[in-house]
Amino acid sequence: MAHLQDGAVKKINEICDRYVNEKTPLMMILSDIQKEYGYIPLEVQEIVSSRTGISVAEIYGVVTFYSFFSLKPKGKYVIGCCLGTACYVKGAQQIIDKFSEIIGIKPGETSKDGLFTLDALRCIGACGIAPAVTINGKVYPKLTVDAVPNIIKEYRAKEK
Amino acid sequence: MSKINIKIEGIPFEVESGLTILEAAKRCGFEIPSLCAFNHGECSQGSCRVCLVEATGARGLVASCVYPVAEGMEITISSPKATAARRTSVELLLSNHNKNCQQCDKNGKCELLHVAKITGARDDIYEGAQTPITVDRLTPSISRDTSKCVLCGRCVERCKNAHGLGILGFEKRGFNTIVAPAENRSFADSPCILCGQCVSVCPTGALMEVSEIDKVDAAMKAGKYVVVQTAPAVRAALGEEFDMPVGSLVTGKMVAALRRLGFKKVFDTNFAADLTIMEEATELLGRIQNGGVLPMITSCSPGWVNYAEINYGDLLPHLSSCKSPHEMMGAILKHYYAEKIGVDAKDMFVVSIMPCTAKKYEKDRPELSVDGVKDVDAVLTTRELGKLIKRSGINFKKLPDEAFDNDIVGEYTGAGVIFGATGGVMEAALRTAAFKITGKELEKVELTDVRGLEGIKEATYNLGGTEVKVAVAHGMKNAKVLLDQIRAGKSEYLFIEIMGCPGGCVAGGGQPYVRECFLPNEDLDIMDTYKQKRAKALYTEDESKQLRVSHKNPQIIDLYKQFLGEPNSHKAHELLHTHYAPRKK
Repeated sequence: MAHLQDGAVKKINEICDRYVNEKTPLMMILSDIQKEYGYIPLEVQEIVSSRTGISVAEIYGVVTFYSFFSLKPKGKYVIGCCLGTACYVKGAQQIIDKFSEIIGIKPGETSKDGLFTLDALRCIGACGIAPAVTINGKVYPKLTVDAVPNIIKEYRAKEK
Repeated sequence: MSKINIKIEGIPFEVESGLTILEAAKRCGFEIPSLCAFNHGECSQGSCRVCLVEATGARGLVASCVYPVAEGMEITISSPKATAARRTSVELLLSNHNKNCQQCDKNGKCELLHVAKITGARDDIYEGAQTPITVDRLTPSISRDTSKCVLCGRCVERCKNAHGLGILGFEKRGFNTIVAPAENRSFADSPCILCGQCVSVCPTGALMEVSEIDKVDAAMKAGKYVVVQTAPAVRAALGEEFDMPVGSLVTGKMVAALRRLGFKKVFDTNFAADLTIMEEATELLGRIQNGGVLPMITSCSPGWVNYAEINYGDLLPHLSSCKSPHEMMGAILKHYYAEKIGVDAKDMFVVSIMPCTAKKYEKDRPELSVDGVKDVDAVLTTRELGKLIKRSGINFKKLPDEAFDNDIVGEYTGAGVIFGATGGVMEAALRTAAFKITGKELEKVELTDVRGLEGIKEATYNLGGTEVKVAVAHGMKNAKVLLDQIRAGKSEYLFIEIMGCPGGCVAGGGQPYVRECFLPNEDLDIMDTYKQKRAKALYTEDESKQLRVSHKNPQIIDLYKQFLGEPNSHKAHELLHTHYAPRKK
């Protein structure tokens, strides 16, 4: 645990403390850590393991099962492209491909400047406005391929 | 438990409520094909879908290994719908399975092949994605191959149940799902203790021991003086590899087989078990008399030693410094016996037949060699010995009974034999400690309080006015209770025996697989009774021996007179004792 800062260790312990009375605290702990730091590396899982008595392998299994959890840091803007059935038939594949092309990363990856992460999502329950994309929670309904470059331009402009 | 009425295939039965359909059917004389289910619900993921049946009151087909029976339920196993579904389940498993069965070491004991045969599964019916392959052969003990894994979860449950460790877990999703230590690391890079319990429950070739048969072949070919020793637990289980009843004692046939395999000498590790008792009992009395670290804990089980070094580095001074018996045997053979028979220690190759996978790792420890000569050169499991015998065209069941070599070393007492059962080392040590303290032999050498399968056993013996309180634990989950007591300064014991595997060596990770589907002639409760049956074989051999206390073994007495001096002497420390070091998790 050499490369975890003391502050982070303290914070993670504090998160674990919130759920000491829960019978099955793992999901809540991981969820809070994900929200706090944006990712849950193995070193952090080891702390959670020693606090909960749940083996690291089991925690790692939960982290890698749910797409909400991430092992690596995510970008400042997380682009979630829905590839559920409704979005897919409305052309979601072309949209995610366009994001991929412009940013220069594959789905699941984060751009080198740390600005964007591109995620392929299963159905997000917004079939009525398919194809749908979310960026840090903001929903872009009925998106077209042509609209993609401008969206990226907007976010890049914010950083200047 | 209340009774309920059900019907299976139209026939009425009365069964206990709370049972799964699979268990209930078994008790009514039916055998539903199943794969992931294991040992009365020790593993019951319901994940493989091989045990699907029709049951009234349920929507669609149900996995009989997890679905409970209910009053009035009518169960159909043989309907076209159910048989077709079971076949499809197996075909889907086969579609994502590495089917190089001919090269697979599990061939003949593979449960996937077994259910494939029973369900009539056809090959190559489905094409689909394949799970990415990881092959881990980095430890000398156990290997993992994801291309053979059916994701049943038995190993995951066993590691948790036996040891509370949970080294293995499910990772990722869909076709990428694998069972692995965190981050898909090697066992070598995880806190695994290499006990092999996961191997002993795996239905396929996904988890296996790392075979050393090639090493033995090479040594024979190179003209080395190859000698062999066998641990006590091997004789109580080897017969199972040749379809003999569980609990058959095959000492004589095993010796005969080993001679026919070309080993120059066939020794019993029990000789060294007697030696261990002499050293360990002396060490214990020394600690009691001189205010040493107590309680003292046995160190015969390499799985347990691994666990201690990884998880309880602060308690290592409690471990006896005695090497495990087969390592002592190796040291004595190479540095005493070899000279006696005019063989150079460097030309001698010692093979240990063990019920254990962790012994493979143990023998490679650098501290277990003297003057650069390893005490033991190769370790084969009981299962590997079975393979070796079959390969060599020996008809095991037809072999005559032969006796171990005991020209200079090799003689053993009943105390050595019982090492293979949980509580055995404790019992053997107390037999000798009692004599050392009181100067008198025990009137009754059977110390039954420390026998049996209870997780933690304790007993108090009055030895010549000294109250000796002892405890025995097997499986790390139980050991942890005793260790945490020591850590908290609340342990009341003087002496503790800890064995890595639940049940002790008779149920070790290198022993023959116990599977109901491959044991049609055993009783239905064989999963509950096999440990006792194997242990009973050892207690029977103990009773048959004229000498049942280690300190009366004439060759041991001779060894001290001629070579070692006395127990815990300088020479004894050089050859028979070791040390431990904490390891990072």
